[in-house]
Amino acid sequence: MAEFLDLQTAIQSTVRDGDVVALEGFTHLIPFAAGHEIIRQQRRDLTLIRMTPDILYDQMIGMGVARALRFSWGGNPGVGSLHRFRDAVENGWPHPLLIEEHAHAAMAAAYQSGAANLPFATLRGYIGTDHPNVNSQIRQIVCPFTAERLAAVASIRCDVAVIHAQRADRNGNVLLEGILGVQREAVLGAKRAVVTVEEIVDDFGPRSPNTTILPSWVITAIARVPRGAFPSYAQGYYPRHNGFYLAWDEISRDRDRFLAWMQRYVLDRREVLGPDCLQGVAA
Amino acid sequence: MNVKPATRSETMIVAASRALKNDDVCFVGIGAPSAACNLARLTHAPDIVLIYESGTIGTRPNVLPLSIGDGELCDTALTTVPVPEMFSYWLQGGRISIGFLGGAQIDRYANLNTTVIGPYDAPKVRLPGGGGAPEIGAHCKQTFITMALNRRTFVDQLPFITSFGHGRGGDHRRSLGLTTAGPTRVIADMCILEPEAESKELTVTALYEGVTRDDVTRECGWPVRFADTLATLPAPSEQELRVLRDLQERTRIAHGAVAA
Repeated sequence: MAEFLDLQTAIQSTVRDGDVVALEGFTHLIPFAAGHEIIRQQRRDLTLIRMTPDILYDQMIGMGVARALRFSWGGNPGVGSLHRFRDAVENGWPHPLLIEEHAHAAMAAAYQSGAANLPFATLRGYIGTDHPNVNSQIRQIVCPFTAERLAAVASIRCDVAVIHAQRADRNGNVLLEGILGVQREAVLGAKRAVVTVEEIVDDFGPRSPNTTILPSWVITAIARVPRGAFPSYAQGYYPRHNGFYLAWDEISRDRDRFLAWMQRYVLDRREVLGPDCLQGVAA
Repeated sequence: MNVKPATRSETMIVAASRALKNDDVCFVGIGAPSAACNLARLTHAPDIVLIYESGTIGTRPNVLPLSIGDGELCDTALTTVPVPEMFSYWLQGGRISIGFLGGAQIDRYANLNTTVIGPYDAPKVRLPGGGGAPEIGAHCKQTFITMALNRRTFVDQLPFITSFGHGRGGDHRRSLGLTTAGPTRVIADMCILEPEAESKELTVTALYEGVTRDDVTRECGWPVRFADTLATLPAPSEQELRVLRDLQERTRIAHGAVAA
């Protein structure tokens, strides 16, 4: 059964140095507050997994949390590059980052096969592309029925999956809605799962029988963190702060400026980010 | 005409929108493809089905999304499915007629690079990577590509093939077991290119008003070929420009308002 904990305790008791960790979210419901807590607790040598490592992973990589990254698209959506990610790959700052690069279709399939407790996923993927030439983790198998050659990638089964969701009930069941990404698969394929939520309610109330709910008994810890996805968004609660994503391009370009921002808004404060987090950093 | 004449980028978006039909089911990339697809929906193709890789199917955004997963896409969609389902049932399942991609670099056989500039292990520039593009290029019945044409983008040799177009040309696609048509049109900001039937080499088939063959030859990174009969694409109409500019103005205000 899920335990209700404060965020600090939830991270302390689930994320260890050297773990394989996915903080998932496909633009929507990105667990920023939980990622910032991992940075504050100075976890090291994590293998980070994410389809779309964006600003949060840029921050974690720049703060030296990650040893390796398995991913399929590493950019600031609609804005451009992730400068801390680039600095790590191009210049080894703050230290070298091992990368295992995939395409979205393969990452999504690998999360699915991980949730299904299979060793690998198969798909018609990477046909004609250079990915298999630079990633030895992309292999080929032959279909035993048709002899078609298919791509195979190892399943994603994390030590810890971290996600953000709209609501938990008092029994620790979690409801997600809107763009769901691969969060269910990440949780179901992980040894431990941490969920931050906007609110805890007595009852989910009237809902469709097909509502996406993760039952309490697949979750390790739940922490109530309102606005825990900011500057990403939570459907029904607050919109994406697109201005922050635009501003991050400037903040993250320069190492010192990046470090100053992280000191002020992540290391020196415990409360979640808000629109004020662009103060004092205007270009 | 009492509206300001079209910029090159506006002309490209309008030309790209005209390539889409009302009964298309289109997998939309972010940036120029997204603008073109929504312009088509707001002008001549009101029933076009737009799909973004975040899982939103049949979405009708009032403003252009900054990312492929903005709330606006989900709010206005017919339905939103989980991402693994999007890539397996809908894309690999063969339900999509058009994939609309952009890219950082393209070669003469319409292969795309969005991964690295320079060697993979010691890149000069690390780009975001493939995302959905490798399988969009493989599984959509055909793909359209839209990007500005210059020496940095239309290159002789790609450092990395992120998304396979026609490979080394000829029947390369088919020889790898791909049954889809692949890139059938590249809508640039000066001209439209299409793969030549046999060789599959990109060939200029239409120039935009006011653009010459020399302009294209000068900017293209390989000795580009021209079709025997070269069409001239009519400039954007006043209505197309109005709708596009309104859409971009709404978008600017929406993203700016969130920032304030």
